[in-house]
Amino acid sequence: MATVSHSSDAHDSHDANHNSGDHQSYYVPHQSHWPIVAASGLFLLMFGTGQMINHPDSPLRWLSVVGALIIIWMFFGWFRNVIEESMGGLYDEQMDRSFRWGMGWFIFSEVMFFAAFFGALFYVRQLAVPWLAGDGSNAMTHELLWPDFVAQWPLMTPPDTSAYSGPQQIIDPWHLPLINTVLLVTSSVTLTFAHHALRANKRGALASWLALTLLLGAAFLVIQAEEYVEAYTKLGLTLESGIYGGTFFILTGFHGLHVTMGSIILLVMLLRILKGHFTPQQHFGFEAAAWYWHFVDVVWLGLFLFVYVF
Amino acid sequence: MSDIAQSTSQSPSKSDQSGHDHHGPAKGITRWIYTTNHKDIGTLYLWFSFIMFLTGGCMALVIRSELFQPGLQLVQPEFFNQMTTMHGLIMVFGAVMPAFVGLANWMIPMMVGAPDMALPRMNNLSFWILPFAFAMLLSTLLMEGGGPNFGWTFYAPLSTTYAPPSVTFFIFSVHMMGISSIMGAINVIATILNMRAPGMTLMKMPLFVWTWLITAFLLIAVMPVLAGVITMMLMDIHFGTSFFDAGGGGDPVLFQHLFWFFGHPEVYIMILPAFGIISHIVPAFSRKRLFGYASMVYATASIALLSFIVWAHHMFTVGLPLAGELFFMYSTMLIAVPTGVKVFNWVSTMFRGAMTFETPMLFAIGFIVLFTIGGFSGLMLAISPADFQYHDTYFVVAHFHYVLVPGAVFSIIAGAYYWLPKWTGHMYDECLGKWHFWLSMIGVNLTFFPMHFIGLAGMPRRIPDYALQFADFNMIASIGGFLFGFSQLLFLYIVIKCIRGGKQAEANPWEGAEGLEWEVPSPAPYHTFSTPPEVK
Repeated sequence: MATVSHSSDAHDSHDANHNSGDHQSYYVPHQSHWPIVAASGLFLLMFGTGQMINHPDSPLRWLSVVGALIIIWMFFGWFRNVIEESMGGLYDEQMDRSFRWGMGWFIFSEVMFFAAFFGALFYVRQLAVPWLAGDGSNAMTHELLWPDFVAQWPLMTPPDTSAYSGPQQIIDPWHLPLINTVLLVTSSVTLTFAHHALRANKRGALASWLALTLLLGAAFLVIQAEEYVEAYTKLGLTLESGIYGGTFFILTGFHGLHVTMGSIILLVMLLRILKGHFTPQQHFGFEAAAWYWHFVDVVWLGLFLFVYVF
Repeated sequence: MSDIAQSTSQSPSKSDQSGHDHHGPAKGITRWIYTTNHKDIGTLYLWFSFIMFLTGGCMALVIRSELFQPGLQLVQPEFFNQMTTMHGLIMVFGAVMPAFVGLANWMIPMMVGAPDMALPRMNNLSFWILPFAFAMLLSTLLMEGGGPNFGWTFYAPLSTTYAPPSVTFFIFSVHMMGISSIMGAINVIATILNMRAPGMTLMKMPLFVWTWLITAFLLIAVMPVLAGVITMMLMDIHFGTSFFDAGGGGDPVLFQHLFWFFGHPEVYIMILPAFGIISHIVPAFSRKRLFGYASMVYATASIALLSFIVWAHHMFTVGLPLAGELFFMYSTMLIAVPTGVKVFNWVSTMFRGAMTFETPMLFAIGFIVLFTIGGFSGLMLAISPADFQYHDTYFVVAHFHYVLVPGAVFSIIAGAYYWLPKWTGHMYDECLGKWHFWLSMIGVNLTFFPMHFIGLAGMPRRIPDYALQFADFNMIASIGGFLFGFSQLLFLYIVIKCIRGGKQAEANPWEGAEGLEWEVPSPAPYHTFSTPPEVK
């Protein structure tokens, strides 16, 4: 579609470009049906998930699956378009900068998403829990609500133990989480080696380092799953165990989802590399994936310190 | 919309002259659904916003009808709550924000000399998420238990423990709006930072572009926080967590902190682009350069940065520590300084200018006067000890409607009149435009000015009934509300009339207007600046 109708002009202006600055050949796709596919898929996913939560027996809940499948199909189609345009030489340096700004600001938005949960964690630890125990000017709060409540972190005994049981134990940071820290930090290093190999045009090393990165990511996820099973079956650390469980699972859970997303992205990069995509000069798809992976890694370091250790 | 389709494409002679009109628009409905054209997408945003404006407006009129007299006449309190909630949500997320995004889409690429937005397909997606999101939000009104009834600020535990079941769909629709906003904002930033014509340095950018750059930064910074807080709500409601439940060690006040950390920058998201529009219109009709361009830029940036450290002034009565009350009081008052700089600059621009009072200028002057009133009542609300009296009264309602209706909405209308000749190629009917202004001006003040008095006297907001002593002012407010609401139908008529015909507009129909958007023909060709202009 877009490629066909536009390619001749864009090539012309691309050639002209070398004489008269890089602004001329900015590629504006003509039309695309992928955005409306994406919007419909997102709607079905959201609406279906809402049905699944509110009316677990309603057949409408399957719309979430339909939506998810549409979104997966959309990703294949939309990115295929972009990859074909890119490899067809339609993109110039300015387009590359648009992608860079776009990815950079997207990651900033992700940082702010996690900031909300970290903010909640710090607020609860430093303010809400001490206040419930009468800190500051809150003696009456303590006296009237739960006079027996004692502030502590991690919060093992929530104020209302009839509604929230509290965990019996918490995760030992120096066991599984430490292993996960090592895995994820190592994976950032191996990914950087892969990037260096790509720039040096050593395709074999590139594929191997990237595959190793993926393995480390997968190992991280396995261990994270193991940790969750342990938390639920042995430690009594659950979503329902009060605010420690809530902050623990929302932070580690969304981080785990991001590792999963990052792994899928890296897997796609590996498949593209095996198909011969990317050149030592032009490989922003790979770089964007690497940026994302490093971001996920940094979030983990924050988690390790503030959720597990301190 | 098909009218616009014709009128924007009917520019054969002019676009031939300009020589860079490679493609006209596609035919039929797919033009709008598959489009990647910033002008098409801008048009879609603007029409969507107007439809939502009327929808939210109808809800406001339900509210004003019920409040016409004391006692319960028309609606049940439960439905009244749904109306106040949905009115707020629709006006904020459906009317004001998409209108500014629509204006950004139309104008920013032309103002910076770019061929289109930086990421045109994502631009289309940002828009098309919105109709789905609002269809889902509106559908909650028909669900069992009714729609959201907890106020547009959806404080926990009203929105968690005591919420109707439809809150699940409310949460997902807000997620969709957030995704749309973030993608839209990323596009705006990438366009401004990467697509400017050679020679257009940052400090040569038009102010609408500057204010949108800063707005987009705010959007990317705070929409994810909103996503986070509604996710925590979802977890509390359905998955047993206790983020906002003190029984588990959480805190309902935590909800308010997170919400207002989003919500206060959100307020500036709805006003900074308005500042940009006014900074274009006032110089144009004063036939003078804008007074204090650089200080406008710095003032906008200061307001944006301050917006991150003032959020708890919405929460003075929740039991903040004294240090918190003081910090948020003073930091809030600080915002009056850069805002004052702006008002000063607009007035100084008009000072000894050769002024004329076409409709855009009337709305711009209305904006300056009435927004300043809203700013001053904001300053009153910032005084923490006094806020204990004002909190959750109609004084607050008066305040934020003064900054949002004759503030944000007037600026959008002013911008629409200012740029309609560029969009349609025709001049709007000036006489009807002036009628629209004066009816709106009178209507808006009749509606919201009395709310200051009944608020100071203690009438609480969001309550369908009130004590007898508030009856007269409420009746006036309701009459004003209907006047303002129906005046907007006149606006619709004027816009449609302008699309369908009228005096041919020149490339620059305004004597004093400056900027690249006025150098392309009217109506703007489907593709502008395929070759970037040189900016000196």
